Amino acid sequence: MSTLTDLTLRMASGEVKVIDLTHTLDPDFPVIILPPEFGQCARFRMEEISAYDHRGPAWKWHNISMSEHTGTHFDAPVHWISGRDVPNGAVDEIPAEQLIGPVVVIDCSAGTAQDEDFELTPALIEAWEAEHGRIPANAWVLMRTDWSKRRGAAYLNMREDGPHSPGPTPEAMRLLVEERDIRGFGTETVGTDAGQGAHYTPPYPAHYILHGAGKLGLQCLANLDKLPPTGAVLIAPPLKIRNGTGSPLRVLALVEK
Amino acid sequence: MEDDPELRAMSSDPKHRRVLITDARNPNAPTLAKALHDAGATIIFVGESETWLPNPQRDALTAIPGVEIMALDVTDTTSVKELAGEIGGKVDILINNARFVRPGGAMARGDVAFAQNEMEVNYFGLMRLAQAFGPGMCARTADGVNSAVAWVNILSAYALVNSADYGCFSASNAAAFSLSQNLRNDFRGAGLRVMNVFVGPTEDDWHQELPPPKVLPPALARSVVQGLRDGLEDVYCGDVAKDMIERFRAGPKILEREMTNGGQG
Repeated sequence: MSTLTDLTLRMASGEVKVIDLTHTLDPDFPVIILPPEFGQCARFRMEEISAYDHRGPAWKWHNISMSEHTGTHFDAPVHWISGRDVPNGAVDEIPAEQLIGPVVVIDCSAGTAQDEDFELTPALIEAWEAEHGRIPANAWVLMRTDWSKRRGAAYLNMREDGPHSPGPTPEAMRLLVEERDIRGFGTETVGTDAGQGAHYTPPYPAHYILHGAGKLGLQCLANLDKLPPTGAVLIAPPLKIRNGTGSPLRVLALVEK
Repeated sequence: MEDDPELRAMSSDPKHRRVLITDARNPNAPTLAKALHDAGATIIFVGESETWLPNPQRDALTAIPGVEIMALDVTDTTSVKELAGEIGGKVDILINNARFVRPGGAMARGDVAFAQNEMEVNYFGLMRLAQAFGPGMCARTADGVNSAVAWVNILSAYALVNSADYGCFSASNAAAFSLSQNLRNDFRGAGLRVMNVFVGPTEDDWHQELPPPKVLPPALARSVVQGLRDGLEDVYCGDVAKDMIERFRAGPKILEREMTNGGQG
């Protein structure tokens, strides 16, 4: 039996489950908020064109609009200034093979429950590796925080000094990118960086280090608590937008029972 | 006398009436809501967008008797329709204070991003509100003591003639002004009055570079309430707006030339 036939049979039998890691694209889903003098991320919007009526008797459809970085979304290397010159750095140029691959999940939910500015550090990554083995090259690394279970104002967690949410330190990103050669890094928060990530050197280290090395980002993920630490496969193909810096997308994981 | 049914039909007195103010995030919202309460409005619904963001004015609003905060984002058609479905049958006066403003004209930024935001809020926002709330209000213009009576647009005085420092914002307000005239036609048969309040530069973050005089929320609130009591169609709030309409009436082309002189003279 071929590998793919075997896979489909295992999916049909429930031995391999499909986990949806995507939030619903909703006009009221939070987006990243920048200081007001900067350009802003467009919210998801939907306008009805027709609904089986005088505007189109047999069909219903909508025009939709949003930013490349609205909802559960993908960051391409050209999103950040450090990645503007990397080859194949736009969403339409990333090789298709890079869009399906192995994924490991580092569970930071206990720490995040105690500290909303919780940091993923090299020590935590090494402790995870001591338990689960070395992070394989070209794997996706997802930071589980259970942040996706937050609703309303608690999600961005905005204060007068800006948002407060967990994320990786610059040293953690260097370890993952330079020593583990990961494919990309994903989070449940609105960005791959911590809410207060502007205060690191370099500012926004996940964006800066990942994309400078041609690596990929995923954010606003959900259901990471349903993934095993190792062994799952991530399917994360962005829309093929010419010179696109990112894209909303449906993120799925295949998990063996 | 002020409760005389004929006078209430000829004016738009907020007394006994239920009001919707569309934008709880506009700094003028608490003052407007308080003025309407003081004028006898019974319920003051205030629309709040993006409840996932803090609203520093929420406490001030909820402290005003009769205020009810409702989810409303004028850039989101679904949100506007949902609120109309919920309270559209008891909005007697709708005050659209939603506004997006950034300084600069067409040449300032080299993109259309803020201009699109201005059109989405200032022009399409008005259109969405009209499509969702207009028919219900028009159906209730003879509904007894608290009948639907007025549709209030708070517009920039730069809707009349473009101000170069706020060129794109002016254009969005000109579009909204034109749409308000379209609504006057469509609401005329029902007797629902469209009142435009033209406001000069307001005292806020986005008008810091302009010299005085600027309009503060109490002046705007006074203009809105007085205009409703007087049953007016056009109200000019603040010295800049009053000066502009005088000059506009004297000679619109001269005013245009004076306001578009390329910074000379």
